[in-house]
Amino acid sequence: MITPQSSPPAAAPHAPRGDLLTLDGIGVRLGGRQVLCDVSFSLAKGEFTGIIGPNGAGKTTLLRVILGLIEPSGGRVLVDGTPLHNKNKSAIGYVPQKLVIDPDMPLRARDVVSLGLDGHKLGFAFPSRQRRELVLEALAGVGALAYADARVGELSGGEQQRVLIAHALISRPKLLLLDEPLANLDLRSEQEIVAVLGKLAREHEISVLLSAHDMNPLLGVMDKVVYVANGHAAAGPADEVVTSEGLTELYGHTVDVVRLHGRVLVVAGE
Amino acid sequence: MHYLFEPGLFSSGPVRTALLVGAVVAVTSGVIGVFTVLRGQSFAGHSLADVATTGGSGAFLVGVNQFWGFLVAGVVAAALMEGIGVQRRRGRDVATGVVLGAALGLAALFLYLGTLRTATTGAAFTVLFGSIFVISPDTVPVLIASGAVALLVVAVLARVLLLTSVSPDLARARGVHVRLVGIVYLAALAVSVSLAAVAIGAVLSTALLIGPAATALRLTKSPVRAMAVSALAGLAATWLGIVGAYDSYYWPPHGHGWPVSFFVVVLVLAGYLLSYLRPRLRRPPRSPHEEAAECGPEAARV
Repeated sequence: MITPQSSPPAAAPHAPRGDLLTLDGIGVRLGGRQVLCDVSFSLAKGEFTGIIGPNGAGKTTLLRVILGLIEPSGGRVLVDGTPLHNKNKSAIGYVPQKLVIDPDMPLRARDVVSLGLDGHKLGFAFPSRQRRELVLEALAGVGALAYADARVGELSGGEQQRVLIAHALISRPKLLLLDEPLANLDLRSEQEIVAVLGKLAREHEISVLLSAHDMNPLLGVMDKVVYVANGHAAAGPADEVVTSEGLTELYGHTVDVVRLHGRVLVVAGE
Repeated sequence: MHYLFEPGLFSSGPVRTALLVGAVVAVTSGVIGVFTVLRGQSFAGHSLADVATTGGSGAFLVGVNQFWGFLVAGVVAAALMEGIGVQRRRGRDVATGVVLGAALGLAALFLYLGTLRTATTGAAFTVLFGSIFVISPDTVPVLIASGAVALLVVAVLARVLLLTSVSPDLARARGVHVRLVGIVYLAALAVSVSLAAVAIGAVLSTALLIGPAATALRLTKSPVRAMAVSALAGLAATWLGIVGAYDSYYWPPHGHGWPVSFFVVVLVLAGYLLSYLRPRLRRPPRSPHEEAAECGPEAARV
């Protein structure tokens, strides 16, 4: 089992227990177009948050701002209380939207996970027993040990997601960002990935922030929703944010939110 | 054939030079070729080879060692390709039709003019199809050093190149300057293509770059093993090619050896075809629920 934060919380009693991630008034302009306006929310340790919204609403953009891949036109991002720089980048683990790896490529799942340790560094990486054990431990932590030696390009979407999550976790981040990890997964893989992520948040106190266009698979594990639509975002518990009134205001036109058998349906109104 | 190795093979100076340079070229091309295929840049390798042909022809025209022509043209082309983004799929059609065609046309002009001036047709052949038996001894250290530098650069960048091939965004998010890495890699690729151009000719250099790598990718699963197999496959093709070309001196038409490039390219192709004989690497069993979903004998037994 991987324990990304093995030290107990009591190890730093004097440290200020602030939020792990804070977005404060983030605005983004891309190609002269305002994509996001005044987005603010925060993420506490071990909190599971979903960035929900229709396709093209700016979910990926928001994740890229947090990763420092896009410079916001306004506002600031604080990671562990300080602006993002190369040092605290290691606090963030990232799982990109999808892999573009040919099935013939000689990269095994264990190679990809191993790159999570030091793939960004120059120089050689000599194989060692310790490295091997770390890699296998990370794969086991997400239930991907069975295909450690398979080429990643040959794995199914759900299996690739697990490998990428292991890749992100091996550097022991405090925050895990995932871009549409449930896209194109079958129902079973979807449930399994959600379970893996929920466990990471609960048991290992890793803050999980993921984007999805459908919030229903996440309802059981999600602590908070950041609903993105029309360039704006509303953050809070799902019951408070995802309401007809709230989304109507966000979208700028009538939207009905219907709750049916514990599922949430968002329907465009007249 | 009376001997496995024809008499005098290893006592011949040009043959020993050819074996040494051939080894450097094969290992460099083999290792860099794996990254070229991993990064989906075979096309960039081919483009560099075309432009290197122009450089080699120009060097012949002005009377400079062809390696410098290959190298300068290759590195300049690599910089231009990075600048205008030839390796991106969208720019490929236009680049192929216009730029690369023009480069080879220019090579034709240079070779024609050069042949008029020196009244030898051999030079045209060595630019296009290689000159591994006529390498001047004072060039050898330069070739070895170039290969070593290119290999060292790629070895230092290896992890970053692998991470970028998994996902450029993933590398960027971890602070990798993906574009800079791409430029440096392309420069190393240009050096590798120039070396292969010396050995088997500018036109055929892609074969040594991509062939052994493609063979290795069929046979191995890990990047390190792929590099080792690719380098060995390239080395085998090159050395056997040299031996074959030396032997062919006794083949018809008697007294005229066949070109080394022919042997090397045929052996590279043979290696690639042979790799198909090996059954496809089997995928380890999937996660339990996927196996359960199969309608196998288990269901019948119940």
